[in-house]
Amino acid sequence: MKADPAGVLTGAHYLDGDFACGEGAMAAGCRFTAGYPITPSTEVVERISRRFPMMGGTFIQMEDELASMAAVVGASWTGTKCLTVTSGPGFSLMMENIGLGAMMETPLVVVNVQRGGPSTGLPTMTGQADMMQARWGSHGDYRLIALSPQSPQESFDLMIDAFNLSEEYRVPVLFMMDECVGHMTEKVVIPPADEIEIVPRKLTDKPPGEFLPYKANGNGVPEFARAGDGYRFHTTGLTHDERGYPVMSAECQEELIPRLINKITDNVDKISRFDEENTDGADVVLVTYGITARVARMGIDMARKKGVKVGVIRLIVVWPFPEQHIRDLASKIKAFVVPEINLGQMVLEVERCAGGKAETILVPHAGGGVHNPQDICDAILRAAK
Amino acid sequence: MSRTDIRITGFGGQGVVLSGYIIGRACAINASQHATMIQSFGPEARGSACSATLAISDSEVLYPYISRPDVFVVMSTEGYDKYRDELKDDGILVYEQNLVHPTLKEGQPSFGVPSTRIAESLGRTIVQNIVMLGFFAASAQIVSREDMRDAVKSSVPPGTEELNLKAFDAGCAHFDETYGEKKEEVGAAAANQG
Amino acid sequence: MSVTIEEVEAAAQKHPVAPYLRMDRMPHIWCPTCGIGTVMKCYAQALEEADVDMDKAAIVSGIGCTGRVAGYMNLDAFHSTHGRAIPFATGVKLGRPELLVTVFSGDGDLSGIGGNHFIHAARRNMDLLVILVNNFIYGMTGGQNAPTTPLTAKSSTMPFGNFEEPFNLPHLAASCGAVYVARWTCLHTRRLTKSFQEAIDRRGFRFIEVIAPCSTLYARLNRLGSGFDLMRFYHDSAEIKHGADPKEVGIDFQDKIICGKFIDEDRPAMHERMDAHYKKVLGDKYVPMPPEGGWLHE
Ligand code: SF4
Repeated sequence: MKADPAGVLTGAHYLDGDFACGEGAMAAGCRFTAGYPITPSTEVVERISRRFPMMGGTFIQMEDELASMAAVVGASWTGTKCLTVTSGPGFSLMMENIGLGAMMETPLVVVNVQRGGPSTGLPTMTGQADMMQARWGSHGDYRLIALSPQSPQESFDLMIDAFNLSEEYRVPVLFMMDECVGHMTEKVVIPPADEIEIVPRKLTDKPPGEFLPYKANGNGVPEFARAGDGYRFHTTGLTHDERGYPVMSAECQEELIPRLINKITDNVDKISRFDEENTDGADVVLVTYGITARVARMGIDMARKKGVKVGVIRLIVVWPFPEQHIRDLASKIKAFVVPEINLGQMVLEVERCAGGKAETILVPHAGGGVHNPQDICDAILRAAK
Repeated sequence: MSRTDIRITGFGGQGVVLSGYIIGRACAINASQHATMIQSFGPEARGSACSATLAISDSEVLYPYISRPDVFVVMSTEGYDKYRDELKDDGILVYEQNLVHPTLKEGQPSFGVPSTRIAESLGRTIVQNIVMLGFFAASAQIVSREDMRDAVKSSVPPGTEELNLKAFDAGCAHFDETYGEKKEEVGAAAANQG
Repeated sequence: MSVTIEEVEAAAQKHPVAPYLRMDRMPHIWCPTCGIGTVMKCYAQALEEADVDMDKAAIVSGIGCTGRVAGYMNLDAFHSTHGRAIPFATGVKLGRPELLVTVFSGDGDLSGIGGNHFIHAARRNMDLLVILVNNFIYGMTGGQNAPTTPLTAKSSTMPFGNFEEPFNLPHLAASCGAVYVARWTCLHTRRLTKSFQEAIDRRGFRFIEVIAPCSTLYARLNRLGSGFDLMRFYHDSAEIKHGADPKEVGIDFQDKIICGKFIDEDRPAMHERMDAHYKKVLGDKYVPMPPEGGWLHE
């Protein structure tokens, strides 16, 4: 279906990544946001709280991020599209109820405008060091989806994909921005509402007596019933059966957990998104994401001028990771180069998938800024040797 | 690829960030260029050396930060002291002449404007930064006066357009009156940045 | 003479509150003579007496023995995470404001790990009926000290007796802005049911504390006899004082328990205030949330 025009600010704007992200959420149909102030993400909710009253949306500033996350899981169960927004320290607090969202199979979006960490770190400066937290941060086994935008324009565009994916697969989707993109102001073009495709909440058409809240259909995703429609369902963070009733047994765990994981891993080809450029015949392939992907292009240009054949994979959906594609490439190239604003996170995935067939070279940056393109060029030259 | 980097600095309350926003908007929305603005945040954004930077280019801006600006717009002494050494050897200096007393360097065209006093004469000191923008548009010639004027109009709070446009025009006029005859030379200097 | 399982089930289905419970989940997990079941039954009874539309009522629990109540109520039911029942319920309420949303959980869950949410929901007068079963101890995890454990009472982590000052919960709720504050023991079934019923008809943050025995842990660790002995003791130690100053209703170990309705005010709930405020300051530009069914973009 098409987007509700009330939330779509059609036109060409000059916006920072945080504002663009907020506009993306509203265009995607988000009508409930709970959040707690934290630099450098707060502008997202400031934008939303100013515009929500004019489109029937509700914003609440909760007492902390534990509460914000719990509130969006709760509100999503009324059929409302929900968002919360935070940065590193708040992301850590949200992990508990991100796990609840995964276990209850709740569609919602969590934005993390990454800053330098650990702990309070560099509140006003950039980082990409929460990428593994996005994958493994909550306890237990689960799979989520995570995206990473490289510009304010993408902060808008990908927000719509984030909401759509969360509805499609009934999972929390993590939106892994970074301070640099969040606080950078650029041109953002917002299309007319009738050009924005929206995935609505898929409500069951079964009557209350026949409905089982956790009976998966063909693609591993159960149908949804929302609170207040007479289904009187039960949902819990405990291991549960198809009725949503707790069952404390290894058998039930064996039924439930693989399904939660497979609904993502079996659909990797549908969920995965990356830009690929010049990987055919390349000696070196850069694997990159977020703001680093932009800076890396300068390093690539420098290396190409020196005659190195460099290809690029820019991850748009970072989780699930496009494992098979990296495996296939590994046998055709000399090396992968992975620049990231951390001391080695996504590089571990690349290295794992390369499986020793191609070398994997990390170009680390501790955070607080972006790479010097020369460092990326140097790594490419080293890799090509 | 040609890229022009700008730094604007002043003290909190002078509208440094809005100034950067207006220049960026004029370039990105009105003049179909690419313009990436970054503002200083946190403790840096408070006090007397608040700053915003712009990277303006005819192709996509890949590297968002700047190190040696082509144009340095200064509205406070503290901002001047903090960033003065960054300006390119042939960079353009645009400054509030009653607040900043720069040490002029050879090779760096410089233009002073009493923007606070002009704003006062219009009845509202708050539009000092818009006077400065008019003066900047006329002196640095990075984006046309019309595009800048339009960006001012669409960026200021509704109801204040008239006053702000008056301020903008006053800034332009001050340049024409003071530096009018040097226009050719200035234009050449700006073109060199490319 | 023996009774068949079918006969037992048939008898259970005939129980007056059976339609309000998930009979397919019985028997419940609670220990014999634990007080929680009684409180749940009073709540079910109150729903019936207040003629609540069960399709428009949601219940949210946290974690712990009382946290299992959501699992047994035949309503839209959410068994959330430890301490987070109130913010979860806040989301449900704001997502679909026409629902009656009840939070039903224990003292450790709501006033310990969830204490911050408790005071803020009271402050903003969130439209929630909060039922807190206070048994002075952590039951589910094995009898550890709670923020409500009376001075000198023993717990498994205060084996020599508790020396920390406990919360006086009605005082906490009242001072944070709760509009309805009452306390009963679980044997005051008639008064408790009436209090639930009354609170259902109010708006805003309504708080009812119910003192109940934990037979297995609190009673045993403190040598207080069976759960039923303790239930009777609480009932008999109750002193009913409607309108008592909440400041004066703290509970000492095995001492009198002041019960009654302490606060009953009418103040607009958070979402009502939000609505009225936006109407006033934004006028025609304001688009309220759709009253029925939230946002679905059907
Ligand atoms: S442990 Fe205590 S509170 Fe828990 S069910 Fe048993 S008696 Fe009740």
